[in-house]
Amino acid sequence: MEVIFVLIGISLVMAGGFLWLFFKAMKGGQFDDQHTPAIRILFDQKTKSKANKKPPKKKK
Amino acid sequence: MEEMPVRIEKSKIVSCFHCGEGCEDELLVRDEKNFCCTGCLTVYEVLNENNLCDYYDIEVTPGTNLKEQEIRDNRFDYLDDEDVINKLIDFRDEEQTHVTFTIPMIHCASCIWLLENLYKLDPGVTFSRVDFIKKKVQIKFSSKETSLKSIVKLLSRIGYEPRINLSDLGEERGLKSDKKLIYQLAVAGFCFGNMMFFSLPEYFSETELLGNGFNHLFNYLNILLALPVVFYSATDYFRSAWLAVRNRSVNMDVPIALGIISLFTYSLFEIFVTGQEGYLDTLGGLLFFLLVGKYYQQKTFDTLSFDRDYKAYFPIAITKMVKDREVVIPLTKLDVGDIVKVRNEELVPADSLLLDAKASIDYSFVTGEAIPVPVKKGELIYAGGRQKGGAIKLAVQKSPSQGYLTDLWNHDAFSKEEQKDSLASLANQISGKFTFTVLFIAFGALIYWGFSDVSIGVKAFTSVLIITCPCALAMSTPFTLGNVMRIFGKGGFYLKNTQVIEKLAGIDSLVFDKTGTLTAPSKAKVSYQGENLSEVSKRMIKALVNYSVHPLSNSINQWLGNIDPVLLHEVEEIPGKGLQAKYKSKTISLGSALFLGVGPTDNAGNMGNEVHLVIDGMYWGVFRIASSIREGIEKMVPDLANSYEVHLLSGDHNHEEQYLKKALGENVSMHFQQSPKSKLAHIRNMQEDRKRVLMVGDGLNDAGALKASEVGIAVTDNISHFSPASDGILDGGKLNHLPDYLDFAKTGRKIIKASFGLSFTYNAVGIFFAVQGLVSPVLCAILMPASSISVVLFTTIATNFQAYRKGLNDKEMILWK
Repeated sequence: MEVIFVLIGISLVMAGGFLWLFFKAMKGGQFDDQHTPAIRILFDQKTKSKANKKPPKKKK
Repeated sequence: MEEMPVRIEKSKIVSCFHCGEGCEDELLVRDEKNFCCTGCLTVYEVLNENNLCDYYDIEVTPGTNLKEQEIRDNRFDYLDDEDVINKLIDFRDEEQTHVTFTIPMIHCASCIWLLENLYKLDPGVTFSRVDFIKKKVQIKFSSKETSLKSIVKLLSRIGYEPRINLSDLGEERGLKSDKKLIYQLAVAGFCFGNMMFFSLPEYFSETELLGNGFNHLFNYLNILLALPVVFYSATDYFRSAWLAVRNRSVNMDVPIALGIISLFTYSLFEIFVTGQEGYLDTLGGLLFFLLVGKYYQQKTFDTLSFDRDYKAYFPIAITKMVKDREVVIPLTKLDVGDIVKVRNEELVPADSLLLDAKASIDYSFVTGEAIPVPVKKGELIYAGGRQKGGAIKLAVQKSPSQGYLTDLWNHDAFSKEEQKDSLASLANQISGKFTFTVLFIAFGALIYWGFSDVSIGVKAFTSVLIITCPCALAMSTPFTLGNVMRIFGKGGFYLKNTQVIEKLAGIDSLVFDKTGTLTAPSKAKVSYQGENLSEVSKRMIKALVNYSVHPLSNSINQWLGNIDPVLLHEVEEIPGKGLQAKYKSKTISLGSALFLGVGPTDNAGNMGNEVHLVIDGMYWGVFRIASSIREGIEKMVPDLANSYEVHLLSGDHNHEEQYLKKALGENVSMHFQQSPKSKLAHIRNMQEDRKRVLMVGDGLNDAGALKASEVGIAVTDNISHFSPASDGILDGGKLNHLPDYLDFAKTGRKIIKASFGLSFTYNAVGIFFAVQGLVSPVLCAILMPASSISVVLFTTIATNFQAYRKGLNDKEMILWK
């Protein structure tokens, strides 16, 4: 039965990892706007977007 | 090409390729496409040049009508001002600047597409991203290549003018409290889930199977998981409870905080001292469900701002005259003694003296009186007046923050004091008593058992506290009210917070403002009495009223409909009096009885304002313009007058009294010529008679009354317009549903009471066992979530069912434009 110790450890680490990922996604703004991306993905990119300048990373 | 069938169907009126409205006044054709005005055409040209015509493929006629767009080149000059820039932007370094604009015009997928391709129009823009729901666009641009001003100009040129408010400049933006709640919820959910996991064996007495070592391990893990719940997720409850206790009152959060503390400490005691398992899983579940309820409530409405103050009304920039040169400065930099220029339809930002010969000021915004007041040279014009007619020059007498309007706004009597005991909400009243009763019973049990067996006494004491922990009680209110608020929101009625619903249920008197609230400003009723008007005379009148921006002229203009005006000469407008012009050899004049020297008339003053028509000295007839009442009001007000005391306050003269009496019924008591202060005093008087008053108003002139009343509801036709500080915002078109809303607020109250009954039953059963010291962790663990969930289910189903029965729930969501 001692294997349960290991399993508990793994389960806690996994669950904690998901919590951490959720926090990270939250901080990264993934949940800020849940509507616009759904529309945005349907736009065609007809022209080769030469202006594909890298969007600057957020500095906060 | 999808537009073609649409256009053929509406073969008579060609619709604009850009905005989709009919090209009635003019028709411009470019590239075989029709445009209704130069504004729309310009946008098309800009987009066409830059290969952005995909804009028109994503949605049909995606644009906004630009007929009424103000075209003045220098009106954004204040955006060159360093102070203004610093307040508007989010972030800036040497290379780039980040700024977020609110653009109310965002309404379709094309808007998103165009705004996110902004870099094609202005190479300086490196990044733009739209938040559709919040109607915001975040733009990053290189400071070297472009400027804030040119971006705003570009946006306004393509029909997406950002809304920039003075109040935005005043304070820091960006509340992150919403996110904090989600973090707390996530932590509570995580901990709760895992605690349940470790507690599960206990429920089924499986721990013995696993052995004692596991039991201890599980308990310690539970403590570890409970720490973030108590010290992070629950902090808001502690803070709120502490504030309430410090103010010597009891709110809903006090019993919750007490419950959390007793659960936690007792569980620690059990685990460390007596070696039992404690109630930490219950604690986690309690907080998780509480926070879900809170999130649900917050989610219901957080986009509206209710406390915009007078600053949101004022223009952000003002044209100042410096040695005959126009300079646009931000309003905050306006000083006493400055000479400013105010154009047609602009607001006077500060109390000032008129330097030009005459002006015509519309104070409807302050007093509710719709007819402009003539002002002569050297007279004082108060802040908040709107100039009608040509541009005027003014000498500023007081800084914008000391004017009459701001005085009014900051008047002591106008600030709504925080809730006193008499207004304390139902839930808080009950929970206060509840807390004391529970404490009393708990101590009673402790003392009773204390004589025979101290350990049973402690157990009974704590289990009473735990099992009665008012989570069902605490959740029934936010869930019910949150639901009611959501249903109201669907019907175009937005409340500031849920407490308003409870207050709404207790209302016994209604006070309505007239102008703009009961009457729709855009729909004036015109009637003509006199000699028959020939086609030519109609066209003459049409031409004449075209020259004036006076609201009465506008009403007559609308009444005349779509006829061709004739060409007039020697047109003269005498502000506040009337109009005069020559057509061929005829002289035609239109105006007040006094101005035309026609004998007025014994029947004057019974129906609205009068405009007389004289052609070549001959009296022809009179136009009567009565403000028209919104749809459904004629039925609503008399209905309400049956069950409530209804008052009507108006800033106007009493010339419409008879008409209103006829339309609204005799039971309405009417008061005319009410200044903002007398409206406030009226409400106060009613309250002294122990009336609980609901005030329904619209303008700033009602602001005091809205604040003083128990519930103040601002009626607005356009959400992006200013609305004074109030408890709720109601869509003007939905005003006739007010009785339904009042009714439903009462239903909500009943549902809360019923769910209180339900949770009291649970609590009574719980206490019955708890005082006998019989409660096992299993019972506690089952009873608590079961009671909470069943109460939540009950309120949710009951409110939705009631709303469905009253027909409130099936309306479509109203999207504000």
